[in-house]
Amino acid sequence: MKESQRFRWTEFAIEALIRVIGFSSIGFVLLIFLFLLREGVPVFFEAPLGNLFSTRWYPTFDLFGTLPLILGSILVTLTAIAIALPLGVATAVFVREVAPDWAREVLKPMIEVLAGIPSVVLGFFGMTIVAPLVRETLGVPTGLTALTGALILAYMALPTIISVAEDALDAVPKSYRDAGLAMGATQWQTIWRVVVPAARSGIVTAVMLGMGRAIGETMAVMMVTGNAARMPFTLDSLFRPVRTMTATIAAEMGEVAQGSTHYHALFGIGIVLFLLTFAINLAAASTIFRKRRRGGLR
Amino acid sequence: MKEVNVGKMVHQQQRYLLSFQDKPIRRFLCCLVIGTLLFGLVWLLVGCGPRQTSAAEVAGPAQTIENKGSDTLVNLALAWAETYIELHPEVRISVTGGGSGTGIAAMINGTVDIANASRAMKPEEIAAAEANGITPLEFTVARDAIAVVVHPSNPVDGLTLQQISNIYTGKITNWHQVGGEDRPIVLLSRESNSGTYVYFLENVIRLGEKSNLLFSPDTLLMPSSEGISTEVRQNPNALGYDGLGYVTPDQKMIAVAQDASGPYVLPSVDTVNDGSYPISRPLYMYTAGQPNGDIKAYLDWILGEGQTLVPKLGFVPLR
Repeated sequence: MKESQRFRWTEFAIEALIRVIGFSSIGFVLLIFLFLLREGVPVFFEAPLGNLFSTRWYPTFDLFGTLPLILGSILVTLTAIAIALPLGVATAVFVREVAPDWAREVLKPMIEVLAGIPSVVLGFFGMTIVAPLVRETLGVPTGLTALTGALILAYMALPTIISVAEDALDAVPKSYRDAGLAMGATQWQTIWRVVVPAARSGIVTAVMLGMGRAIGETMAVMMVTGNAARMPFTLDSLFRPVRTMTATIAAEMGEVAQGSTHYHALFGIGIVLFLLTFAINLAAASTIFRKRRRGGLR
Repeated sequence: MKEVNVGKMVHQQQRYLLSFQDKPIRRFLCCLVIGTLLFGLVWLLVGCGPRQTSAAEVAGPAQTIENKGSDTLVNLALAWAETYIELHPEVRISVTGGGSGTGIAAMINGTVDIANASRAMKPEEIAAAEANGITPLEFTVARDAIAVVVHPSNPVDGLTLQQISNIYTGKITNWHQVGGEDRPIVLLSRESNSGTYVYFLENVIRLGEKSNLLFSPDTLLMPSSEGISTEVRQNPNALGYDGLGYVTPDQKMIAVAQDASGPYVLPSVDTVNDGSYPISRPLYMYTAGQPNGDIKAYLDWILGEGQTLVPKLGFVPLR
């Protein structure tokens, strides 16, 4: 009796501790958002809205047009995902469904190593090797383009996409595969028509998480996209330099005078970025919840 | 084959241990983990205290001069600091870059002893420093010329200031308009936190006059000097500018003329000193008030003996 009471007390203490730690992480996110709001919202009062949504970002001379930056981030991220999605899903399918055991044992840790490469290393690689390749093969004026950034970002988003998509494929019950094969489908038909559709929601989650990683990436993007704040409206925009929101914040925050309009504008960009990432993560989470509700039958 | 089997067995055993479902054991593991964490925390808190004070005691006699700012000056400041420390081992100097703005901001906040800047402090920055009780004092420590650089294969040898201004504002977009090949011009610039950027904007793009000319939106803003030199080295379309100290032999420097009639002058130590090269500027160090002690000795050495190091780094000495 006594023994069990003592145990309950320690259990209570541990549970409380874990609860505090868990809630504090939510609390920190809230505090960060409040801080962002406090520092960023004043820009809407200091600069006219027409200026904020104009097409020229030139903060040294009070031109705070954020449109080229927002569109730049979106262009680079979407292109990166368009490149990373087929590659990532194909790799996940190969690792999970096709590769023999020994190959899987080698590939999985290798993919995790990919995730650990520091972005500045990838940025340097992009600047010295990918950029000249892009310029020479496509014949564009400079290799520091949205496409170069998207290639590097795709590479960075790949490990996330592969491992999450692989987990999703892993969760597909073996009976699905057995049934497919028993019906006379080839391995390819089973994978493409049964297993991948069954893991669809997990794959969507993988893409969303990869997108979240891509849109928030800073250093590599800053090094390879050229950082020219131009509107990506012409058809060749993909092969022209762009300036992303993250690169702008990183490049300018060091110089800016605290409390100036420019300072608030940078935090304003931070808010936009936060909301975008939040929306993407929310979309990813909602697909996870939908999957849970339906239980094993996906 | 046997070895492989043994390996698999061990693997399975480990998995079994980790997935233990028995509640008491899980509870025990929980206690163990948290206990270890708490113990580690307490140990860190207790263990760090005395060690820090002993480190401070050791560092006591040596004074550290914090020196921060302009990326243009950072290599020179490092060379000065290294040589000076050899001569005076009792002094410690820590040099960091980050841009003139960063250095000046640190001076305003009182976190550095010497701020390096490739531009003069603005009146509002001086006011901000004075509001914090700091009177910045300016020392000219060397001169710098901004070189306009292109890919070595580019046939263009000289440009006037007006032409450079037209190129950077987007009025001229092809090399053949200034006597080169039929290629688009790719504009390179430093980020707006660079003193070189501000100087170039005011003295080249705006030709030293009051106007509202800006860099073309197509200008690529590179986060570092290295970014500019890498792109210039690789790309035959590129046009960039950077401090003379950063121009490597694999970039081609353009001779610059004040106007179309004037002589086209290549930047060099001689042409900057005799004033014939049009894009050159002084480099500054700022101290908080009248320097004394080690800081004064260091600055005196820089302005005297230290000047011999200046030309070795591609800058122009004062005398």
